[in-house]
Amino acid sequence: MNVVTTPTTKSVTEQVAAIRAEFPALHQEVHPGKPLVYLDSAATALKPQAVIDAITEVYTKNCANIHRAVHAMSQRATADYEAARESVRAFIGAPSIEEVIFTRGTSEGINLVRFTYGQQNLQLGDEVLVTELEHHSNIVPWQLLCERTGAKLVVVPINDAGEVTEEAFASKLSVRTKIVAFAHVSNALGTVLPVKRFTQLAHDVGAVVVVDGAQGIVHTHVDVVDLDVDFYAFSAHKLYAPTGVGVLYGKRALLEAMPPYEGGGDMIDEVSFEGTTFNDLPHKFEAGTPNIAGVIGLGAAIEWLRAKDLAALHAHSLEVLRYGEAALTELGATLVGTAKDKVSVLAFNAFGAHPTDLGTILDAEGVAIRTGHHCAQPVMAHYEVAGTARASLGIYSTREDIDALIRGLLIAKKMFVRG
Amino acid sequence: MATTLDDVFETFELLDEWTERYGFLIELGEELPAMDDALKIKEHKVKGCLSQVWMVPRHEGDVMHFIADSDAHIVRGLVALVLLMFNGKTPNEVVALDPRPTLARLGLDKHLSPGRNNGLHSMIARMKKLAAVATS
Repeated sequence: MNVVTTPTTKSVTEQVAAIRAEFPALHQEVHPGKPLVYLDSAATALKPQAVIDAITEVYTKNCANIHRAVHAMSQRATADYEAARESVRAFIGAPSIEEVIFTRGTSEGINLVRFTYGQQNLQLGDEVLVTELEHHSNIVPWQLLCERTGAKLVVVPINDAGEVTEEAFASKLSVRTKIVAFAHVSNALGTVLPVKRFTQLAHDVGAVVVVDGAQGIVHTHVDVVDLDVDFYAFSAHKLYAPTGVGVLYGKRALLEAMPPYEGGGDMIDEVSFEGTTFNDLPHKFEAGTPNIAGVIGLGAAIEWLRAKDLAALHAHSLEVLRYGEAALTELGATLVGTAKDKVSVLAFNAFGAHPTDLGTILDAEGVAIRTGHHCAQPVMAHYEVAGTARASLGIYSTREDIDALIRGLLIAKKMFVRG
Repeated sequence: MATTLDDVFETFELLDEWTERYGFLIELGEELPAMDDALKIKEHKVKGCLSQVWMVPRHEGDVMHFIADSDAHIVRGLVALVLLMFNGKTPNEVVALDPRPTLARLGLDKHLSPGRNNGLHSMIARMKKLAAVATS
């Protein structure tokens, strides 16, 4: 007899509860009697057991260098490493695995473009466009490139909500614009930028688009073909995977025309003192022994994510964000960054306290947030604040986390608002 | 009456909750005379990513005296605590003084970790450097 099983649709709350059970770091007391409330996922996300197991497996069973040896362990490690590349490709919708380059993180991805495409194509009189909300990692490489080439760095301002309007963006584009670099999602404000539209506008003037996807890859659905971006860089560690690994997606034609980045093993075809020919994509940009376990951990994280109902989970995260915004406003906190389209980030100041004071009090209550300028000093300058307290959400974040944040802030309020 | 280090030890023993201890530190910081804004210049700023700390040395005869301030309340309290330990000591004593055991006894030694922190570590390093210059 055939048993017909109706697929059980779990509510999103149940899904999140199940997800929380998969993160061992969530289940600890950080101080006696104070269970961890983790609201710092924009700095780094916690890791699910599946990722931890994948890393352990590399070192316990498949501890070998890749792409180099005929023995079984090396074959297994190579297969797992390249399987991770395929996982990334599928996750971001890249046309081919040759367009997926493993890096050390978002910063290295951006710097790779700077040293190869940028150095090869920029000259005096050209312009590089960035926005005011960029992380320092998407400002400084371009500043250095401009110093070297004589190109000019042009900045698109944000409005007081923390948005980059299409009008402001378009007004800074010109035929001199050669590279346009901007964040998909602001780490300091949570603003989501209209990547597809901005990319169209940049392409209309013939510029190449580099997207800092460090936050965007975590909280939005990324399809690089649909967005039509030329480069998209992100870090593994914010995507529930290990630190020290990242991805640079680049369009094949651009990558092929670019000179190599670093020289070393794995990136070469033939070497002699008369000259060297380089390996094919993507290996041309991956010199030396990579972070093998890190990449395989990233592959595991992506497969873990792909098995989830991400659309529902993103919607849930947005609902928790709105709940947090309302609760913070009711408490008398000033939100920094109120873009219509935003994700993950609750940046605020409150009670005339220094953000570090708020962070210290919250830590005593087990609540982990980030305080300071969030490597986005121009954003702090725009709002004329020394820094902000920033609570940020991950796939495991709940309304209960926000409630704990508010309880901690109420304690801080008593200390800083007297009488 | 001015707070002494012994007062701090006693109060910390009475307070069970960390938030209460931080509350006491904030009060300790409030007792610290405010630094003139004119002194809050780059030369007097010590390195710290999360909050700002300024420190100015004042020699008073044979002993050293420091005035310091921070823009964060709890750090200001920590600064006040460190000044309780170091002010009125001779340069030789300042060089020799290790603040770690005292802060460890109060459970505050984590605030001393080097790196991008609250400036406390850098402030103590600079005080010791100035004292070393004064001894030579």
